[in-house]
Parts: sequence; structure tokens; C-alpha cells
Amino acid sequence: MIINGVIIDDTFAEAFGMKATRVLITAVNHRWARHAAEAMTGFATSVIGCGVEAGIEAELPAEETPDGRPGISVLLFGMSGKALGKQLEKRVGQCLLTAPGSAVFAGMHGDKTINLGRNIRFFGDGFQVSKLIGERRYWRIPVMDGEFLCEESTGYTSAVGGGNFLVLAASQIQALNACEAAIDAMRKVPNVIMPFPGGVVRSGSKIGSKYSALPASTNQAYCPTLKGMTVTQLTPDIESVLEIVIDGVSDYDVRTAMRTGIEAACALGMQQGVKRISAGNYGGKLGQFHFHLREILA
Amino acid sequence: MTALTLTLRDKPRHRIDLAAVCPDRLSGSRSEDVARLSLVYGNRRVQLGELFDVTGQDPNDLIIRNSCSRLDAIGAGMETGKVCIHGDTGDYLGWGMQGGAIEVHGDSGHWTASGMRNGIIHINGNCGDFAGAAIPGDHQGMRGGTLLVNGNAGDRTGDRMRRGRILIEGDAGDYCGTRMVAGTISVLGKVGIAPGYAMRRGTLLFAQHPVSMPSTFNDCGEHTLGFLRLLLDSFAELNSRFSQLDRNRLRVRRYTGDLACDGKGELLVWVG
Repeated sequence: MIINGVIIDDTFAEAFGMKATRVLITAVNHRWARHAAEAMTGFATSVIGCGVEAGIEAELPAEETPDGRPGISVLLFGMSGKALGKQLEKRVGQCLLTAPGSAVFAGMHGDKTINLGRNIRFFGDGFQVSKLIGERRYWRIPVMDGEFLCEESTGYTSAVGGGNFLVLAASQIQALNACEAAIDAMRKVPNVIMPFPGGVVRSGSKIGSKYSALPASTNQAYCPTLKGMTVTQLTPDIESVLEIVIDGVSDYDVRTAMRTGIEAACALGMQQGVKRISAGNYGGKLGQFHFHLREILA
Repeated sequence: MTALTLTLRDKPRHRIDLAAVCPDRLSGSRSEDVARLSLVYGNRRVQLGELFDVTGQDPNDLIIRNSCSRLDAIGAGMETGKVCIHGDTGDYLGWGMQGGAIEVHGDSGHWTASGMRNGIIHINGNCGDFAGAAIPGDHQGMRGGTLLVNGNAGDRTGDRMRRGRILIEGDAGDYCGTRMVAGTISVLGKVGIAPGYAMRRGTLLFAQHPVSMPSTFNDCGEHTLGFLRLLLDSFAELNSRFSQLDRNRLRVRRYTGDLACDGKGELLVWVG
């Protein structure tokens, strides 16, 4: 398959089952909501090292938030509900409770819940106030700028993490340009996040290492500087490879985001140095979700 | 099916306990069965059909016409269904109610919504004393649901209230929210003396400053409280002036108390 001169490899992305939750952060304006959301989603690129994968899903106008203030919707993905809950509490406590003017609300509802403010409330040292409004419980925790309003819990759901595609280009800057175009388009897709810096990752990894202590190491088959000394997946005209990793609430969401991103990257075409689109997998043995590139783009 | 309708023939000489007349308890009953129900009337028992004309079939949609202030305990323990009352009601309306809806096109007596756990009671007129309060011997008053009063409420509204909301469009009498454990009482009219006396937790939200306040409440100043937006939004479903309040009116003066009893309650008065 070739789109606009860009070769689409006959391969697939391999993704895993995860648990996802959404929280809605509001503040006096979008600037401060974003400060809080960026702090909360910092150091959350990969569950392996960070415990959670998180990112900003969308900016919400005031009329779409529970308290009528400008907001940001954040998605967090963990390997289990328990792991997700632990990270969520830490991040609410350290990043949202501390952010001026912020409030946080559940962005998912259902039978399965994890704590949002249930334990954070104890920061109030006995001065915290509970309000049950409708079926939902909120905590009002007194802080120096007023009150931190926090819903007691949020729902979580089964989700998909690790959808991906690789952009192989003639130069580093051309790979980056293609990824920027892809991310700009993918940010408009709901229910997904791209958890790496700017949505893009350069250090694609393989399982295992020559060093026994390491569970993963660089994927030399895609390292352009090693083309001459390892079994490589790169042709001589490729100088740089970048990857976009996608976590989504469902496989449909991941599929939609992948298609949107690849189409945006391919729109730049061969003339802009975009040579190939590929995807990362583990031979299909580890992940339960397989996203075949040519099927997605058909 | 048409609504099951009970029409009171004449104003009774004695009080009538109507606790047995409840939609979920009448489920499956025909109008003839309902007419044979035994009611406590003063110091004797009579069949319902001796006092009321019974028409219609659907007990989940119960209408009481020509009601008066001697009909007690309507909707007591009710779990589902709808009761619509034309006229006044006696005491203990919706006592221990666990769900469903009661609408009164008239006034209600004392102890309205006492021990209520869920559902909604809408009084289009006034209600008596001790609305949502604990009856003597009970530890807690209202424990959930909504009591909406278009008119005025008497004294001791929400005494020992534990959860839920009491919304009064008119005035509230003296000692509103006394010994309150939690929950929300909001009054758009005037409030009598000593609201929140001995309250432990909960929120009293008033449109006007009360006539007097217990000395054991402390002024914490004026604040913009975000939770009020959620509270005001929750009123949107009600057929009431509460649903028409400005949802951005979040500025209140906050008093905390009663400091003689934990002091974790709050009395909020809208400002501006």
C-alpha cells in the first residue's frame, strides 16, 4: 500500500488491555486549568517507569464542566484498577490540590470506581466538609485560596494501551514535522491520549537487554546510526524514525486515532521526506489487540 | 389504567391514620379491596369506603381529593409511586418515605417528611412545625430525599436532620436546622430566631440574614464557593423558584457553628 508516495508496511501495532479513567479539572480560566492538568500528567509517559500513562484529552468550555468554569479533561491509563487508583490519588494530592483555584470531578461513571477525593479530604484536618448532591459526594477541603472542591470518586473502565505507528523519514526534522502534523490531527480525536512528550517517542524499545537487570532496551533494528552493523529494518534512504503511541478508551478509539494520524503524516508525502509508515509489535504473542495498518487505512 | 382516586365525602370529626393507603402497599388491589381497608378513625376502626368514594384502578398513581388537615401519615413508608393530594393534609406526611413522589395542593401539617429517606415531597402551600425533623425518640430526622415547600415552613424545620435537602421558597420559623447532623436547608424568605442552634454539620443557605443568630456562630467572611454551583444546578429539575436562581450567584457570607457542638456546620447567606 502506498499513500501519497509513502509506503505503508504490511504489519500491525500490538496493544494491551489497560484500565482507564477520566477526570475533569476546572479552574478560574483555561490557563490555570492547563497548569494543573500538565502537572498532573507530567512523568506519565509509560506504565513501566511512571506507574501510569496520562495525558490531556481536550480543553472544555465552561458550559461543559460541572461547576461552569473553564476546564481540561484528562485521561489516565494503568495496568489495573488498583494501580490506577494509587497513581490518581498521588497526582490529585500533589498536582491538583496544590494548583490555585482548581477543582476536580469524575469524568467517568459506573459501577467500578476509584478514589478521587476520598482520602485527599483528610488534608482538611477535620475542617473538610462533605456535600452529597444528587447521587454524588463531593469534598470541600479548606485551602489558602478558598476551598478545593473534589468529587469523592471516579469511575474507570477497560481500555486499550500501546497502539502505535512509526514514521520513517529522510531526516530527523522531516520525521518530526510529520509527527507534529499527525499529533495535531489526533488531538481532535476524543477518548485518546498520546502520552509521550509532545505525543512523540524516539526511544522505541525491544523486550530484554544484554544487561540482565534491564527488562527493555533500544530497538536497534530501527536505529539509523546502526544500519551497517545490525539486522536493520531501515533502508539506506531513512535517517530518522519516530513513534507515536496511543492509549484509548476502546480499540475503536485507538483505530480512529491511528488512521487520523497516519493520514496526516502521509499528507506531507514523499516530497516532505516521509518515506514509510510502520508499527511496533512483539510478534503478536503479548498483546490482545492487533491493529493492522493496511486494514485501518483501507 | 386511570389513577386510583379517593374522594373524602365529609370533613371527619376525628383524625384518620392513612398510613395504610400507600401506592406500593396497594399494588395489585382493586378499588373494592381498597374500599374495604381498615383505617384507624379516632378511637375506632372503620372501612375506608365509609369515608371515601373510591374510583379508578392504578394504585401507583394515587389521588386524594377533598383532603383536609385531619388525614395523617399519608405516604408513610412509601417506596414507589406517586400521590397527589388536593387540599390540606394532616401530620406525618411522608413519614419514613423511601421513594416516589408526593405532591400536595394545599398545606401540610407538622412532622412533614420526618424520617424521610428518599423521593420528593412537594408542598404547594405551607407546612407546619418540625418539617424533616426527628419525632421524639428518634435519633435522626430526614435522612435523604427532597422536601420542597412553596409557601412557609413552621418552627424547628430540619431538627436533627441527617441528609437530604429541605427547600423553602417562603419564610422559615424559629430554630431552623436545630441539632442538624448534616444535609442542606435553603430558605428564600425570612428566617426566624436562632437558626442552626446546636447543629453539628450541614449547610443552611439563606437568601436573607436571619432575625438573630446564636452567639456560638462565628463569622468567616465573604467567599465565592464553587460547590454552590453544583447545588444550584441540582435544583434545575424542580418545579420551583429554586430552579430559577442565578447559577452564578456563588458569593456568600459564611458563618460556622454551632461551636458548642463541633462547629462544623455552616450558615451561608447570599450577598450581592
